[in-house]
Amino acid sequence: MAALLEVRGLRAGFDTDAGYIEVLDGVSFELASGETLGLVGESGCGKSVSALSIMNLLPRPAGKITAGSIGFQNRDLVTLPKEELHDVRGNRISMIFQEPMTALNPVHRVGNQIIEAVKLHEPDLTTAIARRRALEMLERVGIPAPDQRLNEYPHQLSGGMRQRVMIAMALTMQPDLLIADEPTTALDVTIQAQILDLLREMQRESGMAILFITHDLGVIAELCDRVTVMYAGCVVEQASVTQLFSTPRHPYTQGLLRSIPRLDATPKQPLTTIPGTVPALIDMPKGCRFRNRCLNAEDDCELRSPDLIHAAGRQIACHHPVAEVLT
Amino acid sequence: MKESLLQVRGLKKYFPVRGGVFLRRIGNVQAVEDVSFSVERGKTLGLVGESGCGKSTVGQTILKLHNPTAGEIFYEGRDIAAMNRAELKAFRRDVQIIFQDPFESLNARHTVSRILEEPFVIHEMGTAAERRSWAGDLLNRVGLQADALDRFPHEFSGGQRQRIGIARAIALQPKLVVCDEAVSALDVSIQSQVINLLMDLQREMNLALIFIAHDLAVVKHVSDDIAVMYLGKIVEQADAQEIYAFPRHPYTKALLSAIPIPDPSRRGERIILSGDVPSPIDPPNGCRFHTRCPHAADQCRTVEPTEELVNEGHRVACHFWNELADHNAVG
Ligand SMILES: Nc1ncnc2c1ncn2[C@@H]1O[C@H](COP(=O)(O)OP(=O)(O)OP(=O)(O)O)[C@@H](O)[C@H]1O
Ligand SMILES: Nc1ncnc2c1ncn2[C@@H]1O[C@H](COP(=O)(O)OP(=O)(O)O)[C@@H](O)[C@H]1O
Ligand code: SF4
Ligand code: SF4
Ligand SMILES: [Mg+2]
Ligand SMILES: [Mg+2]
Repeated sequence: MAALLEVRGLRAGFDTDAGYIEVLDGVSFELASGETLGLVGESGCGKSVSALSIMNLLPRPAGKITAGSIGFQNRDLVTLPKEELHDVRGNRISMIFQEPMTALNPVHRVGNQIIEAVKLHEPDLTTAIARRRALEMLERVGIPAPDQRLNEYPHQLSGGMRQRVMIAMALTMQPDLLIADEPTTALDVTIQAQILDLLREMQRESGMAILFITHDLGVIAELCDRVTVMYAGCVVEQASVTQLFSTPRHPYTQGLLRSIPRLDATPKQPLTTIPGTVPALIDMPKGCRFRNRCLNAEDDCELRSPDLIHAAGRQIACHHPVAEVLT
Repeated sequence: MKESLLQVRGLKKYFPVRGGVFLRRIGNVQAVEDVSFSVERGKTLGLVGESGCGKSTVGQTILKLHNPTAGEIFYEGRDIAAMNRAELKAFRRDVQIIFQDPFESLNARHTVSRILEEPFVIHEMGTAAERRSWAGDLLNRVGLQADALDRFPHEFSGGQRQRIGIARAIALQPKLVVCDEAVSALDVSIQSQVINLLMDLQREMNLALIFIAHDLAVVKHVSDDIAVMYLGKIVEQADAQEIYAFPRHPYTKALLSAIPIPDPSRRGERIILSGDVPSPIDPPNGCRFHTRCPHAADQCRTVEPTEELVNEGHRVACHFWNELADHNAVG
């Protein structure tokens, strides 16, 4: 399987008043054409920083990539000259965010923003044709009365509608890869179901790959082919969605899956928990970063941090993984 | 029949919509429209529904943070609108609230100790030394160390801040706590810790909870009874197990079916509702759900359904709940 996107040993961080803080501690994952990869983990573990690194959108000048590579269609985005990078970001990879209001310009009509996106992709189009494209896109993403919506401002749309507009804009350039950073987290469940349905349909039509970032394991199970689990700036496990949910091998993945309240569980029973909390970025422990919360931890976990290694069709970063039994 | 701890009857809460040069009242947000339910001692009522459907307004009106537009709220049999000073004081001690973002509800400039001692100060309880020692006890109770007393809220993680919010809410041994999205902002591994804490405290203190949340799996886990709201109305209420196993209202069915299940072998057909929730300023006539209901008929557009009894404790407001009984969404 030739990877479309191949992130290797990515380190990134920010200059802050307290000095440089490393956020990504060597992140690696890969994504094939047409595939949906879920990137899951708790708040602050580095999901968005990973995505922004791929998009070359880390805030400047504080944010920087200090090591690693981001292979995309046989080019390394970390070292790629600016002009070529522009082509990749403008034409091959698009991104949608949790709060589309931050990505849409509040003072411009929705229509003009989509038309601009269309023209950016195909500069030779006349405005009339670009406008027709914009209309088609809005129709495709299921916006009712699209010609009326074209003349409205972002704040006049509901959250679900704004996310549809974002998706329409992201898809105008027919990307090979769509990065979706928590696109449904701010939406109600019935609207979330609409948007997930839409993304699936758009993917079926276009064959694009999706990197789907979320902290919701339900959404992952629903949508993704494979899953990358992150913890405190590291990838701890990567597996097919079936493998991951039926036989999680990293103690963190297992703990996470056991902590979710389930509809079919007996109510009012104590939930399984992962004791403790994530260590702060500024004092990450030596060795395995999950050590202070891990039930499998032994002395060697303190001495060296586990590498992400291939094991029986998946990747795990743990010295003492959970045995592969059904949970 | 034994008396409920809390009984809400025909509760209505409208907020004015102002406009024009003189900011005159030009309409109403019908945030809560004719809502009735009761909460039993030591039990949990889950309140679910999409954002803006009126959950928080219900919770806040119970706390007397709003005056109801109409309807009555009885606490231990007494109408809270007609309470005298002494009764009100006891009521304010007995009924507490925990919010989604504890950071906003905890005074950032006060130490944890001051935050936790405040309820005792307000109710003129104990000496300074006693209050500090009670604050320490409260911290232990919610799983924090007493050395947290002299620190400030921003020095804690979200889950720890929520524990502090819980500690403050239980300081006066309340009988009812409204948890308004109290675990919604927490990561799963921390969320499960806080849910367990709430359930432990409930058992120890015989606490009643009104648990407001949009995560239905969480609500089902903690609740004895569940009320589902849509656009200011309760469309269905029943025992938690019953409502999940046998949802009757088309909205409840769609809501349940929309929950992503953390099990890839159960990817299935979902009921996808079309459109958005209409505005509560000008809600649809007849059944408020008719603009999105897959079963809407002519009658639904004009006649408002009233609550009917499915069985003891299970009520639903839909003209066709009986005919639709076979359409079960969850499977
Ligand atoms: N501009 C910045 N300056 C300094 N630190 C930052 C900046 N942006 C992010 N960070 C830090 O980097 C870490 C990872 O952040 P990131 O946004 O990738 O988390 P995430 O996994 O996307 O979390 P969430 O689920 O909350 O979105 C966090 O500790 C965060 O505080
Ligand atoms: N103080 C207020 N003034 C005006 N409108 C309000 C106020 N509080 C809530 N509302 C409106 O009432 C409706 C219900 O709100 P709320 O109870 O907060 O919903 P929920 O908690 O279910 O998300 C919403 O339309 C909201 O905008
Ligand atoms: S390396 Fe050690 S501490 Fe880390 S997850 Fe594995 S067993 Fe636990
Ligand atoms: S009353 Fe009609 S519109 Fe309302 S839920 Fe029932 S079938 Fe649907
Ligand atoms: Mg993020
Ligand atoms: Mg609310």
